[in-house]
Amino acid sequence: MTIPFKTETFRDDFTFSNSEAAIRRFPFPFDRDAYMYAVNIEQHMPGPAKSATEFPIDIDEHYVAEMADRDLVLKADPLRCQSLPHMMTAEWDLLELLMTSMARDYPEHFSLERSGREWHWINRPLGIDQRFTFEDPATLPLSPMEYITRQCQGDFCLLDQRDDNLWMDAGIVTTQADWSLDFDLGMNFIEWHGPVPLAHEIGVFERALKFLLNLQQGRPVRRLNWTMTINPRLDTSPENYHRWGIDRTTVTPDNVGDKVHLRVELQALWRLPRSNAIVFSIRCYLIKMRELVTQPKWARRLHRVLRDLPGELADYKGLTNYRETTVAWLSKYDDGAPTSPGFHPD
Amino acid sequence: MSGETIAVRVVAAEAITPTIKRLRMVARDGARLPPYSAGSHTVLTMASGERVIRNAYSLLGSTLAGGAYEVAVLRAPRSRGGSAFVHDHVGEGHELTLSVPINLFPLNRRARHHVLVAGGIGITPIGAMADELAKVNASFELHYAVRNEARGAFCGDLAGRYGERVRLYVSERQERLHVHDILMRQPLGTHLYVCGPEGMIGNVLADARALGWPETSLHAERFLAAAGGAPFALRLAKSGVATTVGEDQTLLEAIEAAGIEAPFSCRGGVCGECELPVVSADGEIDHRDHYLSAEEKAAGCKIMPCVSRLRGRELVLDL
Amino acid sequence: MPVVKSRPVWGRLAPSPFARRHLVFCEVAGLGAVERAFAGTDSIRQRTSLNLIVPPDFAPARSERLDALGFEAVHEFPSVETVLVRLRVSLSQAAMGTLLYLAGGEAFLDQATCLAEACGVAGDGVQTEHCGSTGRRVQCVHCKGMMADVTMSPVVCDHCGLHLTVRDHYSRRLGAFQGVCADAEAPGVLPEPTRIDA
Repeated sequence: MTIPFKTETFRDDFTFSNSEAAIRRFPFPFDRDAYMYAVNIEQHMPGPAKSATEFPIDIDEHYVAEMADRDLVLKADPLRCQSLPHMMTAEWDLLELLMTSMARDYPEHFSLERSGREWHWINRPLGIDQRFTFEDPATLPLSPMEYITRQCQGDFCLLDQRDDNLWMDAGIVTTQADWSLDFDLGMNFIEWHGPVPLAHEIGVFERALKFLLNLQQGRPVRRLNWTMTINPRLDTSPENYHRWGIDRTTVTPDNVGDKVHLRVELQALWRLPRSNAIVFSIRCYLIKMRELVTQPKWARRLHRVLRDLPGELADYKGLTNYRETTVAWLSKYDDGAPTSPGFHPD
Repeated sequence: MSGETIAVRVVAAEAITPTIKRLRMVARDGARLPPYSAGSHTVLTMASGERVIRNAYSLLGSTLAGGAYEVAVLRAPRSRGGSAFVHDHVGEGHELTLSVPINLFPLNRRARHHVLVAGGIGITPIGAMADELAKVNASFELHYAVRNEARGAFCGDLAGRYGERVRLYVSERQERLHVHDILMRQPLGTHLYVCGPEGMIGNVLADARALGWPETSLHAERFLAAAGGAPFALRLAKSGVATTVGEDQTLLEAIEAAGIEAPFSCRGGVCGECELPVVSADGEIDHRDHYLSAEEKAAGCKIMPCVSRLRGRELVLDL
Repeated sequence: MPVVKSRPVWGRLAPSPFARRHLVFCEVAGLGAVERAFAGTDSIRQRTSLNLIVPPDFAPARSERLDALGFEAVHEFPSVETVLVRLRVSLSQAAMGTLLYLAGGEAFLDQATCLAEACGVAGDGVQTEHCGSTGRRVQCVHCKGMMADVTMSPVVCDHCGLHLTVRDHYSRRLGAFQGVCADAEAPGVLPEPTRIDA
């Protein structure tokens, strides 16, 4: 099936919106009426048809516009894409994973022909036709990681495994929820999770690390994470916080529906074969409150989650300035009726 | 079975020395086998009559691009069945099941220089490391100790491929591997990797520590060939199964033979995947793994059934 | 205040009898720690070289103190920058079995450990002890400018002029804490200044 790619922006005039189909496939992150940080890791198995997890790498109607936004971010700040020298093997592993997944699952948009080390890649939506030699960086216009991730939705980090830890030694990060690749590059798993409140106390990261160190090839895992963003801005980086932070003060009872967005990250992790590294992908989905309340169950549930969220978590996620206004707006859509278990709309 | 598996067929089986047999395997469905990193192992599942044998073997590095996997199996003098079965029964056309490659002995890619030390069959992961380092033009040297050249698998191959970066030490020719001298002259930022008999690993690591090498620069393949021991009774509390662990059987094998699924990965006491909670032990737990801490071993609440056992009458597990 | 795991944990110098060479880099404030750690270990002192930062305005009369150390060699440098040049050279020429010891203020330890890490010397290959200045090194996340010896948050960025809150988030690769705009959501309204060097 051909995806109708939209023309839209994630900055300035913010023309981003979701089609009805995109709303229905939105990866809503709450399976009950309350939220608490937990190791919610599950196998990254194929989900239902047309869902965000139908394929390991999800391409949707925002693909072309997101890639254009990524290009703008990288032009303004090249430090959003960095790789330490020992990560080249992992970069090729990542290129293979993304190209083979995209070509297999979206054959009308992407194709890959392999003849030994000679590869031929076609990306129709972006008008790219590239022949290159696998593992020969001189045959690509960019490093393998930057080349393929400029053609794939989601941020990607490559984690080197050594000394019984995972080290964030490469990545491309342009659609992040307020963290900096440039700052976190070279950190280990425990260090880059440093600023998360409450989680360390309950040993979440130690357990997650132990689990990931044994992650097997062919058995990727995923989890959902969430926050909120004012305006459909993909690039909410700390680097530009002095520019976008003010947006959080612009929420009024009249504009909640259009301005406030639930931001969900579908995070997936794969063991890479040649490098024994792990790729950590963070795929960002945005949905406006006005779009979200078209699903009554989601409206009731998000109202209850936001209303009851512990203060420290609200602060950490940067919601404090506009939480009350948003909860009040959502309360109009919550009649107090019980909600069914599970993520999916009724 | 724990984790992803691959159905393979043996396409070549060759005795490369009187005691080492090399198996070359391809996927039965003709698919490309996934690539892997140096130091990886795979667990071979073999059916010997009624009995299922699972042994972990390091993957050789010479076939990275060939779409086939190779392992080299030494006939263990006191084999509990695995290596003897490979030597006596596995030949061309034999069908086996492999786990996907798992790496518990990885290279540190940030090292400035790599010193590789192998003894005997320990060359299998070490040779794969040399392959990978040569491929990415990393700085390394390989020291390989064997009893005699005929018994040393791959001697000629390695010398041909890596030239002066390889030093061979043949004990029948009175050539001694003086690790101390080698470790004296390495640049700061070097990492050491050693695989071979337990005694050799211990000596090499002791030399390195005595010369002030930091722990983080030392890497050893600590795979244990699971050894047998006195039989004991086993009860699985949750499943309500009672059985006996035979003297040539591991605890994990006895659990599997009773038809109970238990997690595992390395089957060599390293990875921690098969950890099981102990309900009670009438006797003393014989911890043989490299995974549990000394405190955990002393507490006696957990056991790694792939290598550890009970010296006593009955073990009850929460499974 | 939650426990933040990215804060560097400095140690206490304890020379290893196994190391064949001992390289000490320190600020004057760290000299006491070096004297304490290396006291009574003649065989170690004979294999130890000291690289000391002595600012030009530092009072003399220290030579007796340095002689008393009984080290194989003592080299003096006028600034952190110059001693770091020597550190890089020393690490590139040293052999395994060499142990690195660092003693001084937080900003010096930040820079020296991150240089050592870049040279492949980390973990138990380097020992540290914090002495003297407790001011922290901070990087402005917006302009990437570095500031040494920051003691208060918020702080004005030396480079771009933004008011920065110092986050309790430390990068070993950069050897610095992260400074992020303090008044982005309420321009001109700054949080109460707090000491961050305690």
